Formats: sequence, C-alpha cells, structure tokens
Amino acid sequence: MESVLEIKNVVKKYGDFTALNNVSLQIPKGSVFGLLGPNGAGKTSLIRIINQITMPDSGTILLDGKPLAPNDVEHIGYLPEERGLYKSMKVGEQALYLAQLKGLTKAEAKKRLKYWFDKFDIAGWWDKKIEELSKGMAQKVQFIVTVLHQPKLLIFDEPFSGFDPINAKLIAKEILQLRDEGATIIFSTHRMESVEEMCDYIALIHESNKIVDGKLDDIKRAYRTNTFQIGVQTTDPAALQAALEEKYTVAPANFKLLSEGLQLNVTLTEGNTSNNLLALLTRMGEVHHFVELVPSTNDIFIEAVQKHSKKA
Amino acid sequence: MKKLKLIIAREFIAKVKNKTFLIMTFLSPLLMIGMGALVVFLMNKNTETIREIAYVDASGLFSKTDFVDSESVKYIDFTAEGMEATKEKVAAGTYYGVVYIPKKNNLEAVAASVEFYSKDAPGMTVIETVERSINRRLRNLKMTALGIDLNKIKASKISSNIKMFNFSGEESSKLINGIKVGVGTLAGYLLMMFVIIYGTSVMRSVIEEKTSRIIEVIVSSVKPFQLMMGKIIGNAAAGLLQFFIWGVLLFVITSVASAAFGVQVFGSSTPEQAAAISEVTGGGKLEMLLQEVLRLPLLKMAVLFVFYFLGGFMLYSSLYAAIGAAVDNETDTQQFMFPIIAPLMLAVYVGAFTVIKDPHGPISVMFSHIPFTSSIVMLMRVPFGVSWGEIAISMTLLVVTFIAIVWLAAKIYRVGILMYGKKPTYKDLWKWLRYNG
Repeated sequence: MESVLEIKNVVKKYGDFTALNNVSLQIPKGSVFGLLGPNGAGKTSLIRIINQITMPDSGTILLDGKPLAPNDVEHIGYLPEERGLYKSMKVGEQALYLAQLKGLTKAEAKKRLKYWFDKFDIAGWWDKKIEELSKGMAQKVQFIVTVLHQPKLLIFDEPFSGFDPINAKLIAKEILQLRDEGATIIFSTHRMESVEEMCDYIALIHESNKIVDGKLDDIKRAYRTNTFQIGVQTTDPAALQAALEEKYTVAPANFKLLSEGLQLNVTLTEGNTSNNLLALLTRMGEVHHFVELVPSTNDIFIEAVQKHSKKA
Repeated sequence: MKKLKLIIAREFIAKVKNKTFLIMTFLSPLLMIGMGALVVFLMNKNTETIREIAYVDASGLFSKTDFVDSESVKYIDFTAEGMEATKEKVAAGTYYGVVYIPKKNNLEAVAASVEFYSKDAPGMTVIETVERSINRRLRNLKMTALGIDLNKIKASKISSNIKMFNFSGEESSKLINGIKVGVGTLAGYLLMMFVIIYGTSVMRSVIEEKTSRIIEVIVSSVKPFQLMMGKIIGNAAAGLLQFFIWGVLLFVITSVASAAFGVQVFGSSTPEQAAAISEVTGGGKLEMLLQEVLRLPLLKMAVLFVFYFLGGFMLYSSLYAAIGAAVDNETDTQQFMFPIIAPLMLAVYVGAFTVIKDPHGPISVMFSHIPFTSSIVMLMRVPFGVSWGEIAISMTLLVVTFIAIVWLAAKIYRVGILMYGKKPTYKDLWKWLRYNG
C-alpha cells in the first residue's frame, strides 16, 4: 500500500495547550480518508500543518515520500471549514487570482475554469460579485477553486456543511470522480455519519491523540459485536424468546417493520454462528427481518474513547 | 516572488478601483483649494468692516493729523459735541466707540487716563490701533519737551537687511525661510495623514480577509508573510500613484492658471494698465516667490519624500496589519490605535515647534533620527538643507527598524489571522510573538 501522505510523530503546542500529541498517520494513495473526531480534537490543527499554514513543533510530514516543501501547496487543494471568498471581487477574477496563487498560468486557469463553470452550469456568474450570490452558489465557486489546479491531495474540512442535499450529492459525486482519476481525498468532520459511506480509511482523533486508524472495514470488523436484529412472526412468541435466551444473549429491540411479530436484538455466543441462529428462527416462525448490527463510526468512536481512557 | 507580484497587483487594483480612492484623489485637491479660498475669503470679510470711532479731546493736545485712519478704523472728531452727547450717539449704535482724552497737568497723567467707551467689548486690534495713535502723539510731545529735535529723529531712521548665505555660497532670504517652513510642514503633515489613512486601509483589508474567511484559503497557497507584504506594498503603490496624480494635477492647474493670468496681463490694451494690474495682484512678488521655490533642493526633496513615505508607511502599516490580524472587527482595534497615532502626532508637533525655530537644533536632529518620527521630522528639516551623511544615518536606522518591526508584526499576523472570537489583549500578542511557526 503506497502512501501519498505520511505523518510521523507530529506534536503541536499552543502555549500550554497541546493540540496534537505525537500523531502518526498514513494516507493511502487514491483513497478517501476520514479524519474524524469531535470539535476541538485537533483535526484542524493537523490539516493546517499539512497545508503548511502552521509548522509542527516536532515530527515530519512526507508527501510522496519527501518532506513537505513550500512548493507542495500546488499539489494540495484545501476547502476550509469556514468558507470564504472576497465579497466585493467578481467571481471570475477571484477564481483566476486564487488559481494563479496555486501556480497555474492565467491561460490555463481560464481554460479549466470554463470547463468547470460549464459543468456546473454557472457560466453566467463570471462577472457577478460574490456578495450577489447565495451561500450555496458561493460554495460551488469555492469547490471549483479548491480542485481547479488538479491537486493530488484534496482536503475537505466539514465537506458537506452548508450545501443543500442536491448540491451535497453533486459535490460528493465530483469528489468520488476525482478519486477515481487518482486524487487522494481527506475528509475531516465531527459529523461522522455524514462521510461514513464514502470513506475507505478512517482515523479517529480525540483530545489531541489518534486513538484508532486503519481501513474502515477492518475497524468495523474489529468492533463488531455479532449482534443481529431480528423480526419473526410466530404463533408463540414466548416459546421463541425462551428458546433464544437458552443459547444467546437477548435484548429487546424496537424498529419499524411492516408485519407484526417478535422484535429482538440477539448476540451470538461462543460456538454459535449466524446460520445456527437463522436455522432456529426459521424452525419456529417466519423471518421477516434479519440484519447484523454493524457498529457505526459513532459507536466505534465512543467505545474507542472508553478503551483509550482506561489505558491512560 | 511570482505570488508576491500577484498579491501586490490584486491589492493595488482593489485599492485603486475603489470609489473612495477615486473620490479622494480627484475631489480632495478641489476640497483643499476650496477650503483655502474659503479661509482667505472669510479673513478678508472679517477685516473688511471699518469701525468708526469718535474722539473727544479735552486736553487740546491732539489734532486731526494725529488720528490717522487705518484699514479697520476710521476716526471722527467729536470734541465740539462733548462727551455726554457723543456717548449717547455711541449707545444708539451710530458709532462703534468713543475715545476720551482728559485734560491733565502733564503728559504722563494724560497717558494714564485715556478712556474708551463702547457697546461691545472691543477687539484687540481696535484697541491697539487707537493706543498706537495716542502713543505716537504723546511720545512726540514728550520728546519735544525734552528738547529732542523730531526732524533729527526722523533723519536718523535706518534699517538693515541682512543677506543670508550658507557655505556653499547660496544666497537665502527671509522669504525663503518662510517657504521652507511651509513646504516642510506640508510634507510632514501630508505624510502623517497618508500613514494614518493608508495604514487604516491596510488594517481594514486584513480584517476583511479575516471576517470573510478567505484568509485560510489564501494562506494555504502563500506564506502569511507574503500576503502581508503584498498588501503593504500594494497599498504603498496606490499611495504613490495618488501623490503622482496630485502632482500632475497641481502642475496642470498652475499652468492653466498662470496661462490665464498671463493672458490677462499681456492682453491688456496699454502697458500702464498691465502695470496697474500686476501691481494690484502682486505679480512681482509672485515671481520672486516662484524663483525662491525653484532654488529649494526640489529634486532632493522629491526623492527623500518618496523614500521617507515608503519607509514610514511600511513601518507603520506593518503594525496596522498586525493589529488588523489580531482582532475580529474594527471596534476592537481602538485599544491598539493610540500607540500608533501617538508617535505620529509627536513627530508633527516636534516638527511644528522645534524644526521651525531651529532646524538643526538637538531636538530636531534627534527626532529626525528616531525611526518612528524620522520620516516626518526629517522631511520638515530637508528644505533647510541636511547633509547626505546625516540623511544616510537616518535612512539606515529607518530601514533596520522597518525590517525588525515587519518581522515582529509578521509573527503576530501569522497567528492572529487564524484566531477568532476572543478580543486579544497585549498579553495575548506577546504570547503569539513567542509561538513557533
């Protein structure tokens, strides 16, 4: 697995406050990487270091195996959490200016802007001032400016905040396409459920420490509880519940189901597989619902925090 | 370097395209001329009123020739009417006031007991005019009494006119000293205004980037230091452009005015008329003034003005930029403003009081070397002739300080632009100065 970005033992302090405590991460090339954690955990500090806005107190950052150099800003695209553009500047002028700051020539920037403006159907905005646009419209412009220089690493801080659902979907589609074209994406967010579906890898940051990282599927497997949510229609619910409790750990459950019946959360015990459970259920009634309760990133985060604080 | 150029160009264009810039550039000279004209007009209007003053001379020492009418005072002899009748007339508002000279045994007693009655308290100039007239007569009487021949006194009058030279052999005059003071003060004052106006503009632009949140996008592309310098240089360029436009305007206006003036003079039918006009308008004086101005080290002054403008502006505007970065909105800047404005004001006052009195005195020299005041004070001194050696020291100090201040300001700027919410204190700024990277 080749890493586009390697973060090694990064420490960042602001006075007495430690923002990042010896954080190490590897961001695989061509992946979507979720940098997750609550507000104030240290995500933005880390992103600013990657963007060379601030310097780490110690530790190194390698981009494609080489330490970050000033010119590397041209290979990184960054959409900050707090979006912003010059309010009184025209859309086109502003986009050209920002693109040139990222190292594009004026002609090249113009060509690419035309492509994106056509794609988003906003060519008519070129001579409008940002203050004349709605927040959602300005966000589209900002997205274009972020990806225009075709960076190999794209960092989105709270990527979908401020977009309405339709535009959020449009942006998500564009981001995945950029990934397919070879870019690596970092999503940083405290709303973990918002990016869960898109992430291949995640890292959980809590109080300046990285507490978990790795492939999302692997982490989910590691944190699985082997609990199944079941819905069974049966003539004798009491008998079924008794039979289940004999072999499994059973807890009441409540979820929406079209048919009436017994609803339970059943956790597998040593020596039993999901097939055993399913066989038992089909013997005693009609199975309408059988789903493994996969832990959400939120659940994983809460458990990881508990484990981490116990260790500490 | 390429990015710095881009930033400078953006800042320059943003500033120059701004309506305020256009208005300031083209309207403020008109405004200034208008204000000047208004002041002159009002001053003339004020002195135009002639006060009619009656006098009652009971002493019999004065005659009509002793009370000479002046620009503002006209005398009328009411000795015949007597004091009571005249007072009534004054009270009725026919005359401004009445002077009463009583009859006494000796001149000293007369001098001590002259009285003046008026409805309103009279202005200083009126009283002084009246006193002068009375003094002149009484002094002459006294001198005659002492046996001094008045004709001899008159004949003895002589006045000297010292011609001033410096060691390079240039002749100077009193007139040119006035011009030097004027030019120096104007340059120093202009510089202070520009530092404050353009410095505030740099500060606003920093605050705008912070509140619009574009700052984080920009600093992910360029170093904060580049952004800050780009902003300062872009604004300085806009300032120079404004000066340049003013210079051109001044040149055009004076050429047009003098052309119009010339036509008026030489277009008149007879030479007598022309002479009369030039007499009235003080054409000869104007010509002399122009000659004197041209004898000033104009090129040196222009070059130094540009240098000290850039040096002073960049020194102060880096402080303005740091303050803009530290706060979230303009109202929070007030606590940091005083330390910036204070040295500028000090410089102007020092310039106004000491340079004019003694351009090469110790205080003037000292303040023209302290970098925070040197740009203003030195500019005031330059018209009086300052050696290049002294200027070089002052310039070097300014440049060195500028570099040090920019370095410090950049540290505050770098941290401040990403800080939101809390209104910073001086303690916070000190803390930011010591952050790494």
